[in-house]
Amino acid sequence: MDAKNIVISAQDLTKQFGDFTAVDQITFEVYGGEIFGFLGANGAGKTTAMRMLCGLSKPSGGKASVAGFDIYREPEQIKRNIGYMSQKFSLYEDLTIKENIQFFGGIYGLSDRVLKEKSTDLIQQLGLAEHAHTLVGSLPLGWKQKLAFSVAIIHQPSIVFLDEPTGGVDPITRRQFWDLIYEAADQGITIFVTTHYMDEAEYCNRISMMVDGKIAALDSPTALKQEFAAETMDDVFFQLARQAKRKSD
Amino acid sequence: MRPLKFLLIKEFKQIFRNKTLLPMIFVMPLVQLLIMPLAADYEVKNINISIIDNDHSTFSHRLSSKIAASKYFRLIENEQSFKGAYQKIESNEADLILEIPYRFEENIYRTGSQQVFIAVNAINGTKASLGGSYLSSIIRDFNGSIQPEIKFSAPSSPLKRIELSAINWFNPYLNYKVFMVPAILVILVTMVGAYMCGLNIVKEKEVGTIEQINVSPIKKHHYILGKLIPFLVIGLIVFSIGFFIISWGVYGIVPQGSLLLLYAYLALFLIAILGFGLLISTYSETQQQAMSVSFFFMMVFILMSGLFTSIDAMPAWAKVIAYANPVTYFIEVMRMVVLKGSTFQHITQHVLIMLGFATLFNVWAILNYRKTA
Repeated sequence: MDAKNIVISAQDLTKQFGDFTAVDQITFEVYGGEIFGFLGANGAGKTTAMRMLCGLSKPSGGKASVAGFDIYREPEQIKRNIGYMSQKFSLYEDLTIKENIQFFGGIYGLSDRVLKEKSTDLIQQLGLAEHAHTLVGSLPLGWKQKLAFSVAIIHQPSIVFLDEPTGGVDPITRRQFWDLIYEAADQGITIFVTTHYMDEAEYCNRISMMVDGKIAALDSPTALKQEFAAETMDDVFFQLARQAKRKSD
Repeated sequence: MRPLKFLLIKEFKQIFRNKTLLPMIFVMPLVQLLIMPLAADYEVKNINISIIDNDHSTFSHRLSSKIAASKYFRLIENEQSFKGAYQKIESNEADLILEIPYRFEENIYRTGSQQVFIAVNAINGTKASLGGSYLSSIIRDFNGSIQPEIKFSAPSSPLKRIELSAINWFNPYLNYKVFMVPAILVILVTMVGAYMCGLNIVKEKEVGTIEQINVSPIKKHHYILGKLIPFLVIGLIVFSIGFFIISWGVYGIVPQGSLLLLYAYLALFLIAILGFGLLISTYSETQQQAMSVSFFFMMVFILMSGLFTSIDAMPAWAKVIAYANPVTYFIEVMRMVVLKGSTFQHITQHVLIMLGFATLFNVWAILNYRKTA
């Protein structure tokens, strides 16, 4: 990992909804190729922060750049270089697996040849060959999530944002999902992931903990455990989250 | 343009997989065009008339049977007194009372003139006024037919009348279907355009799939075009089914003007109205919102379009609304091109105005569609 290669940098990034400050002056950096865990209780501001970085939401203040592009001036260039998987499953349920892959590949401008190769590879890799022509709506959640992840990185982005990608998924599928994440990281894709599972937090290279819209801690899991004199990441999470004054939703 | 290709493929696949949308698209125009024109008819038939014949003469019998023979009137039993007939009006059994006075025939022979009394139940305004005028014209006609007979006995009646003979151009038999069917077709196309397309985008908002689109580098105008084109095609199909199968095939309305001109204007109109639907969808968060707002505008569009009522008869403020309504122009163009055979020269102004609507709605929709909240 090259510590000098900064792919995401945020400075005092803030988002206010009326009187409510969802994200309060957060400052952090994410390095190329790392798996960056974005932790926090419900309502701590994780999703809002992520949406600003993806260009889905306009910040109220502060500066940020993603993949070398400014989030205010160059949101469309950012979109070309990132993948995004939202908390809510958002592929087309009335299209088949193959059609979804082709559609999203197509709108990112992949050529017909690449698109054909990619979709065959991807379906093989996910072990969904028999279901290539099944409507996505009828798939079990675990498969949907894996498919959504694969579609999010179909255009080989430099960064992929995952918003609670394994919510509601069984432990085996979660394990398989993290295998996919590691594979993507091996290909040099930076992973920016939010999660509530502390075992998943351990898989990350570095972790930031958000409390009440602020970043309360940021380091590697090992360093964090030392700092808080905790056995597990669970303990770290409890110690930090207990300071929260904001009610979770 | 490549992303647009994928958007279109996706959109058509989704439309053809939609089990409710597809029958709606094809069955709705057929059913509505077959049923609505039968009801949307200004002609008043079956007017119940009660005749009080106080004279019981040859002339009074002739007048009664002349009225009963007309297809507009239905003679309910003859009453002996006005009081009895008035009760019939009150109980809503009669719409009109005709009272023929005593010595009706005698007075005509003697003085050459005689008055009859007509009372009209004006609860149903259209029925009353049309019934009254139908009855007057029957009496006028009767008047004419007895003239030669009374000439002998009443030499002092120099009755000279100017007969008006009117020719109804473009719809010689005043067939209301000819007038209504093309206009109802416009309403159908409007509904397809404004509802289906707008709801489609809002559905993507509701389901959340629009997030995945917004986070991609797709261009806003590509996305809007990707929604507009499929529904433009559907609108053209719906129109063609209604126009060729129902309007031409069933009602025998043969278009007098150029089909090319008609379709060109239809396409322009569809772009405008689809843009309007898209505009609503960019402001709505849920399908329910979009539906309610569309419904409100649809009512205004239909009632203020000159479909049922003449725009010339509207008060000034209503005319302003009617002329700010894209549907008005298409109904006019439909009637002009289909019934009169108007050419491009005649509808130039309509074309320019519709071009304005199309540009306004679509540009507004694209500007208001935000990938970033």
